[in-house]
Amino acid sequence: MRRPRLAVLTVAAALALTGCGGGSDSGGGTAAGKLEGNGPITFVTGKDTSGYVQKQVDAWNKLHPDERADVIELPESADAQRQEMVKNAVAKSDTYSVLNLDVVWTAEFAANGWVEQLNEADFPLDKMLAPTVETGKYFGRLYAVPITSDGGLLYYRKDLLAAAGVTAPPTTWADLRAACTKVRAANPKIGCFAGQFDKYEGLTVNFSEAVNSAGGTVVKDGKPTVDTPAARKGLDFLVNGFTQGYIPRNALTFKEEEGRRAFQAGQLLFHRQWPYQYAKANATDGSSEVAGKFAVAPLPGLDGPGQSTLGGHNYAISRFTQNKKTALEFIQFMAGEERQRANLQATSQAPTWGSLYDDPALVEQYPYLPVLKESILKAEKRPEAVQYNDVSVAIQSAAYSALKGDKTSEQALAELQAKLETLIGK
Amino acid sequence: MATTVTVPAPPVAAPPGEPRRGRRRGVGRLAVLLVSPTFLVLTLVVGYPLIDALRLSFFQKNSGVDPTTGMVQEGEKFVGLGNFTDLFGSDQFLHALRNTTTLTIASVTIEVVVGVAMALIMNKAFAGRGLIRASILVPWAIPTAISALLWRWIFQTDGAANALLGTDTLWTTEGIPAWIAIVLADTWKTAPFIGLLVLAGLQIIPAEVYEAAKVDGANAWSTFWRITLPLVKPALIVAVLFRLLDVLRMFDLPYVMIGPGKQPVETVSVLAFQEAIQFTRFGPAAAMSTILFLYIAVVAFVFVKVLGADVIGSRVGGKR
Repeated sequence: MRRPRLAVLTVAAALALTGCGGGSDSGGGTAAGKLEGNGPITFVTGKDTSGYVQKQVDAWNKLHPDERADVIELPESADAQRQEMVKNAVAKSDTYSVLNLDVVWTAEFAANGWVEQLNEADFPLDKMLAPTVETGKYFGRLYAVPITSDGGLLYYRKDLLAAAGVTAPPTTWADLRAACTKVRAANPKIGCFAGQFDKYEGLTVNFSEAVNSAGGTVVKDGKPTVDTPAARKGLDFLVNGFTQGYIPRNALTFKEEEGRRAFQAGQLLFHRQWPYQYAKANATDGSSEVAGKFAVAPLPGLDGPGQSTLGGHNYAISRFTQNKKTALEFIQFMAGEERQRANLQATSQAPTWGSLYDDPALVEQYPYLPVLKESILKAEKRPEAVQYNDVSVAIQSAAYSALKGDKTSEQALAELQAKLETLIGK
Repeated sequence: MATTVTVPAPPVAAPPGEPRRGRRRGVGRLAVLLVSPTFLVLTLVVGYPLIDALRLSFFQKNSGVDPTTGMVQEGEKFVGLGNFTDLFGSDQFLHALRNTTTLTIASVTIEVVVGVAMALIMNKAFAGRGLIRASILVPWAIPTAISALLWRWIFQTDGAANALLGTDTLWTTEGIPAWIAIVLADTWKTAPFIGLLVLAGLQIIPAEVYEAAKVDGANAWSTFWRITLPLVKPALIVAVLFRLLDVLRMFDLPYVMIGPGKQPVETVSVLAFQEAIQFTRFGPAAAMSTILFLYIAVVAFVFVKVLGADVIGSRVGGKR
């Protein structure tokens, strides 16, 4: 009963869509169209929690007083941001110019013709870490330019490992379990490993990571491939974690923050987490009991180092905006090395430029950068799907029922495969 | 929901000597004129969205992807009752319908017991009565989303609930504990509402009735059962009806406290919201809302017609 405005909007959109007939081919061709028009634009992004987005945009505005960019801040939650952007696109409003898209939205926005196809030569893509560039592509064509990235890291307690005589962080799951057994001899109560296992987007990330790290895939070349022995081994690593006790049972309720609290309280030996935890767990104001006692390593896998899932944000140009040339130049400006460096220094968000990860001054500020670079270079993007939300929810249901022990891995994966086939085809 | 604005015209005997029909027509015309702004607003604000939601529930968005270009086919297609038949074949929706029903029955039952007890306490004259009355009403004054957050903290694995009970129950995962947590949180918040309405009912019971009971030697239990309860029944039924209508469309508590997608606490409203906003499938979402609307309408109808809930106060002071 609370949806009258949306209803009206959809009806209006539906009428508009039928009215314009087959006019959708301008976004669907193989070559990027010419982007024209200079003038003021808007930059649409999630809540500016660091306060630094405005400063980045100010830098642009100072140089381009006639082509000012205004920041439009959307809510903090990713779902709410996507809702706003979808609403705006369905209504074909020209209010939004440059969209700050989560990496998993590219397919949906591209396939619906809501964002312009871009010319690869316009951006320094060769300077960027290759997997991040892939997140901006759909059907082999570029629709969004990667600005920030993110990859999973294995946080580990170096003090406990050293005390137990383990010299190097584990690179395989077997090593991880062995190290845990040794540490538990002295610390019987410590939880061995955790990630983000509550039923939400984080579980999609962690499940995909487990499957990829065991040599499997969730979706390959647009086809679901999740009912394979390799995928089962990946899921079994997590499922066995709960049945054999190397993952604490309460990790079923862990999102990023719950897990971070547990790690900071010294309850976890290993923790799969994003880079943002580094500074918080190292805080010496008493909020963290593990400050100075941990380090990071690439994620472990079945037979060797594992594969992280990619996070991050890409910038794209709305198809319905005016002044597309300005929008293009704005993205070029933000994708440049100078702005990327400034953003990393101020916000610790991972950049997409490869060279920044090797910069001595930056590595001193963020010691995890080399490990993160390794993680991102090997990282896999999440399944590319127009109906990404459906895919993600299907993955979450299957993985969660297996983790809770309601279904066997075999059952869960067979059902997931069938579900994914109905969603994205065989 | 109950938007029946029937104006009960008192049966006036036609004055002698005047043509009855003419008089009536004049009054009728004036009445139509006076009521029309209200009807206009109701049509726009209630009627239009309802009818549009109904219309929407017969359509589905095209979702096919062109395999060569990767572009989505646009537009929507008419599917008749397809969305509805799909829903009744969908486990998820049937679960949601069942959750909505069980949560409603459980929480309203507990709320009635606790609420009536609260009202009886508030109705007694004792020192500090004002303080008790105020404190009982505090939960009702807190916005649901905020109280949902508070309860989420209480029920997280390292939260107060587990500390008090000495357990390590995973309240927020899928399972019966999540369902119990929701019932608890809902009771905490809305039992005061029932308490308040019942208190109002208690206060109009004349003291003489109780004195008479005392004279007749009735004990406390039979006084409550034979006098208080029957006399407070009209107020109680209205309170229960309001609560039923409220719980049947429960959204914010499970959504904020446990999160969407957790099967034991996924209500029809949560599912409809997810379908419309998360997946942008307005057709099935509208179908869900329509079914929920009908469900609520039936419950309201049963209450008003069968149990005689006096919602608009048309029988105040009157006997049946």
